[in-house]
Amino acid sequence: MKKIIKYVIADILRNKIIIAYTVFLLAMSLSVFNLEDNASKGLLSLLNIILLIVPLVSIVFSTIYMYNSSEFIELLVSQPLKRRTIWLSLFSGLATALSLSFFIGAGIPILIYQPSSTGIMMLLTGLLLSVIFVAVAFLASVTTRDKAKGIGKVILLWLYFALLFDGMVLFLLFQFADYPLEKAMVGVSALNPIDLSRILILLQMDVSALMGYTGAIFRNFFGTQAGVIFAFLVLMTWFIIPLWLSLRKFNSKDL
Amino acid sequence: MIITTNVSKQFGKLKALDNVSVTCNKGECIALIGPNGSGKTTLAKTILGMVVPDSGFITFNGKNILHNWDYRKDIGYMPQIGRYPENMTIGQVLDMMRDIRHTKNAQTDEELIETFGLNTLMHKRMRTLSGGTRQKVSASLAFLFNPSVLILDEPTAGLDPVASGILKEKIIAEKGKGKLILITSHVLSELDNLITQVIYMQDGRLRFHKSIEALHADTGETQLTKAIASIMTK
Repeated sequence: MKKIIKYVIADILRNKIIIAYTVFLLAMSLSVFNLEDNASKGLLSLLNIILLIVPLVSIVFSTIYMYNSSEFIELLVSQPLKRRTIWLSLFSGLATALSLSFFIGAGIPILIYQPSSTGIMMLLTGLLLSVIFVAVAFLASVTTRDKAKGIGKVILLWLYFALLFDGMVLFLLFQFADYPLEKAMVGVSALNPIDLSRILILLQMDVSALMGYTGAIFRNFFGTQAGVIFAFLVLMTWFIIPLWLSLRKFNSKDL
Repeated sequence: MIITTNVSKQFGKLKALDNVSVTCNKGECIALIGPNGSGKTTLAKTILGMVVPDSGFITFNGKNILHNWDYRKDIGYMPQIGRYPENMTIGQVLDMMRDIRHTKNAQTDEELIETFGLNTLMHKRMRTLSGGTRQKVSASLAFLFNPSVLILDEPTAGLDPVASGILKEKIIAEKGKGKLILITSHVLSELDNLITQVIYMQDGRLRFHKSIEALHADTGETQLTKAIASIMTK
C-alpha cells in the first residue's frame, strides 16, 4: 500500500496544479492577515474564502485526477494487488496531498497570525473538508463512466453544498417561520459539511449573537464539548460513508 | 490450472459471455479465436478478475478467484491496448511494476526489454510512444516476472515483423518451459506451429475447444486459417 501511495503522491506533485493551489492559498491568507489590522477580522474574511475554495478545488481536482488515472488503475488491477489496497492508496495519496497543500497554504499563516482556538478550529475543519470532498469525488467518479458527466456532476454537487443548500434552508425557514424550527436546524446543519464547518468556526468567534435565536440554540448545542465532538463525528462520517460506498462499487466494477 | 464454470457476463443488453466453461492445463498453448465482439477479451479479463462475472465461477489452481488477488502473481497479462500513466517514462513504469511485484528470490526476465531495444528508450514518456512501442512495453511487462501463466491479448497487433518474430520466439521458448499460454488473435496464420489447442467463441458462447490435431483431422486442413474458415462456412 505504501508503495502505491508513494507513486500517487509523486505523480500529484509532478502535476503543478497542486503547487499553484498551495501558493494561491498562501498568498491569499497572508494578504488577508496583512490587510486587516485585527487578525480575528482577517480570520473572518479567510473563513468565507476557505469554505468556498477548499471544497471546490478538492472535489474538482480529485475527480479529474481519478479519470486521468484510469490507465494507472487498470494497470494495477491486473497485478497481484487487492482492489481495496489500490482504492485506499489512491484516496490516501490524494487526501494527503490536498490536506498538505491546505496546511501549508492556509494552516501555517493561521498558526502564525491567529494561533487561537478559532484558528485551530478553522485549520481542523479545513483539513476535514479537503478529505471529505476527495471522498465525494471518489464516489462520483466511480459511479460515472463518462468523464464530462462526472466532472459536471461534481460541480453541481459543489454548487449544492456551497450555495444551493443555504438557499433551500433559508426558504424553509421563511416558509415555516411560524413553527419552532430552531432545534431542527441543528439536525439540518449536519446534512452539509460546509455549513457545519461554518457554524463550528463562527461559534468560536463569538459572533453567534448575530445569528438570532437559532444562533443561541447552536451556541447551546455546538458550544459544549459534547457538541463539538458530535460535529466532528458527523464530519468524519461525511468522508467515511462516501469512501466506503465508492470502495464497494469499485470492488465489483468492470475495467 | 484455470477452470471456468458456466461463466456469464452481460453488458447492458449484450451477452458478452454466455455459460462459458473451459479447462486450461499446464503446458498448453491455447488460441482463443472468434469474430470481433465474440467475448475473447472479456473471457481473458474475467480470468484476471478485471471483469466480475454475473454468474459462474473461475478457479485458478483449484482456488476460486473471486475476491482473491494473490493468484495474479502467477499471471503475466498483455492487454490488447496497453494503457499506462501518460506522464511516466518507460523506465519509471518498469521500475514501478518491479517495485509492486517484487519478490525476494525471484529472478526477473529482462530478455524482451533487451531484444526489443527498450533500453535506449527508457527516458521516453508513455504518451509520446507509438502504438508498436507501447505493445513492446506491454509484452516486456507480461514476461518480466516469469509467470506460470501468460495471457496475451492480440500480442502481435501493431508490432513490426521483426518485433513480432521476436515475440513469437519468446512465446515458443516459454511454452517449452511448460507454461500455460492463452493467446487471442485475429491473424490466424501467425498462430500456426505455436498453439496446441483452439478455443473458438462466437456471440459469447463457446463453440468448441479442441486440440489442434483433432481440428486438423476433423477438417482435413493442415493450416489453421483454412481449418477455421472451413468451420465458419459450414
